[in-house]
Amino acid sequence: MTIPTTIAQAKKMLETKEITALDLTNLFIQRIEKFDAGENGIGAYTETCFDIARKQAEKLDASGDFSKPLAGIPYSLKDVVSKKGMKNTAGSKILENYIAPHDATVAKKLEDSGAILLGKVNTDEFTMGSSCENSAIQKTVNPWNYSKVPGGSSGGGSSSVAKYLGLFSIGTDTGGSIRQPANFCGISGLKVSYGRVSRSGIISYASSFDSIGPLAPTVDCCARVLEIIAGHDEKDATTPEIEVSQYSSVTSSDEKTLAGKKIGVIKEFTEAEGLDAEIKKSFEKSIETAKKLGAEIVEISLPLTKYAIPTYYLLVKAEASTNLARYDGIRFGSTSECENLDEQYLKTRSEFFGEEVKRAIMMGTYTLSAGYFDAYYLKACKVRTLIKQEYDSAFEKVDALIAPVSPFSAFNIGEKIDDPLTMYLADIFTVTANLAGICGLSIPTEKVNDMPSGVQILGKAFTEETILEIGNVLEKEFGFTDVREGEMV
Amino acid sequence: MLTKEEIIKIAHLSRLQLTEEEITKHQNELSGVFDFFEMLEEVDTDGVEPTSQVTGLEDALRKDVVLKYKGDLLECSPQNKIGTQISVPNVF
Repeated sequence: MTIPTTIAQAKKMLETKEITALDLTNLFIQRIEKFDAGENGIGAYTETCFDIARKQAEKLDASGDFSKPLAGIPYSLKDVVSKKGMKNTAGSKILENYIAPHDATVAKKLEDSGAILLGKVNTDEFTMGSSCENSAIQKTVNPWNYSKVPGGSSGGGSSSVAKYLGLFSIGTDTGGSIRQPANFCGISGLKVSYGRVSRSGIISYASSFDSIGPLAPTVDCCARVLEIIAGHDEKDATTPEIEVSQYSSVTSSDEKTLAGKKIGVIKEFTEAEGLDAEIKKSFEKSIETAKKLGAEIVEISLPLTKYAIPTYYLLVKAEASTNLARYDGIRFGSTSECENLDEQYLKTRSEFFGEEVKRAIMMGTYTLSAGYFDAYYLKACKVRTLIKQEYDSAFEKVDALIAPVSPFSAFNIGEKIDDPLTMYLADIFTVTANLAGICGLSIPTEKVNDMPSGVQILGKAFTEETILEIGNVLEKEFGFTDVREGEMV
Repeated sequence: MLTKEEIIKIAHLSRLQLTEEEITKHQNELSGVFDFFEMLEEVDTDGVEPTSQVTGLEDALRKDVVLKYKGDLLECSPQNKIGTQISVPNVF
C-alpha cells in the first residue's frame, strides 16, 4: 500500500476506513527503519517511540472514532521539545542523558488532537546552526543528495518530512531554523509570529526570538497543525490572547488566484551580495508567477537590512549566554567529577558544550559584560526597534512580502562548518522576521542547482492566515509536491 | 583585535576552560565577528527606545495559585541525592 502524502489524505483514508491507524503507523515506521536507521540512513530520528505509537494507534482503531482533528496522523518533535519520558538532548552532549520530566504545551496539544508521535528528530546543538552539522548526537543528511546538509537547525524535521518519515514535524525558528531547512529539503515550513505558539517546555536559544512551528509536506498541512498548536498558554506569558483562526479554511481550496493581493519585493534582498545567480533567477520567476496569478507586485526598500545580521547575532548570542548559564552540571544532564563547585561548572561546561555553543556563550558574555553593554547589547536593542518600525511601515503598504530563503542551495557536508562569519551572513533573508516578530512561510517552488529551492512569504505579526493563503496558491501553481512525491516516496 | 587577556577574562565569566589553542581560535574568530559588527555605529539611534521583546504585552499577570507539578525534577539532576536534596561538591 502506498503512503498518504498529506494530512488531509491520511485523514480521509482513516475516516473512510480505507486504512487502520495501526497500518498507517506501521507504514511510516517501516519507512523510518528502511530509510532513516543505520549507517547509510538519513539519520533524522535521534530516538523513536514505536511501541507507544502502535498502542495509541490500536486504541484509536478500537474506538473507531477519528473525529479529532489530527487523529492517527504520525509526526515527530525536534529534540528540544519536551515529551515526558523521552530524551530531550537539544543535540548536545550536556543533555545526552536528560529525560524530560513533562510535556511541552505543544506536545500536549498534539497528543490531545489525536496525532501519533513517532519520535524525536535531530537539531544543531541548542538549535545554533544552519546545517545540522553542529549536532553532537548524530549526523543527518539531505534525502535529495546524501552528501548535502539538510539545513538547520531543524534539519532532522526537514529531512524526515521530505522523505515521508512522518507527515509533519514540530521545529523551532530563532533566525530561520524552520524556513531554511524546509527550503533545503523541498517542503513547507512555517515560522509563526512571536508569541503565536507557546514556548513552554521547549529548550530556549534566544527567548525573545524563539518561535515554534510546523515543517510539513504542504502549506495545508502546516495550517492544520497550526490551528492545533497556536494560542494563549498560561505557562508562557509572551503568548497574547489573540483568537486562533481555522487556518485550513484558507488552504483547503483549490482556487488559483492572488487577485487583490499586494505583495512587496524587498529591494535590498534582491540586491544582496552572495545571492546565487541561479537562485536569483528562480526567485524572479516566482515574482512573475505571483504577478501572473493576479497579485500586484510592489518594490519595497528596507535600508536597514544590512544591519540585520550584526543586530541579530549580538542579541541572540547575548540571550543564549544567559539561557545556557543553567547548564552547570547540577540540575541537568551530564557532569564531571570535581573537588569544588566552581571547578565543576568549569569542567562540565568545557567538556560537554560544542564549539558553536562555546562561541555563542563567549560572544554573549562579552557583549553583556561591564563596559560593553551599552556599545553592543543596548545599541543592538535600539537598532532592533528601527528594523521593526521599517517592517511595520512596509506592511502598511502591502499584504505580504515575498523573498528568497537562503542565498544558496543546500551545500556539501563539511563545506562551510569552519567559517562562522560566512555561516552567519547566510542568514540574511531569514533573521529579520525574528527581529521584527513577524511570521514567515517557506514553500518549495522548483529545483535549482539540482536541489530543491523556494521562496518565503512574510506577513505582519499575527497574519498567518494571509501568508498561508498566498503560500497555498503559489505552492499549487508550482506543483513541486509532485516532483517530491516522484523522487521521495 | 581582542587581546588574549580579554579572551581569558570572557572565558572566566563564561565558566569555560579554554586551551591555548582555543584561546587563539576564539581571539581570531571573535575579533573578526566584532570588527564586522562595528558597522552598527553608523546607525543613528539617538532617542530610540530599545526593544527587548516584540509582543507589546505588559504585566502579564495570573492568579497567584499554586499548581501541583507532577514531574520528578530531582531525577533530572546527575548528582547524588539525599532525600529531596541534591548533594553538590564543596563550594570552596
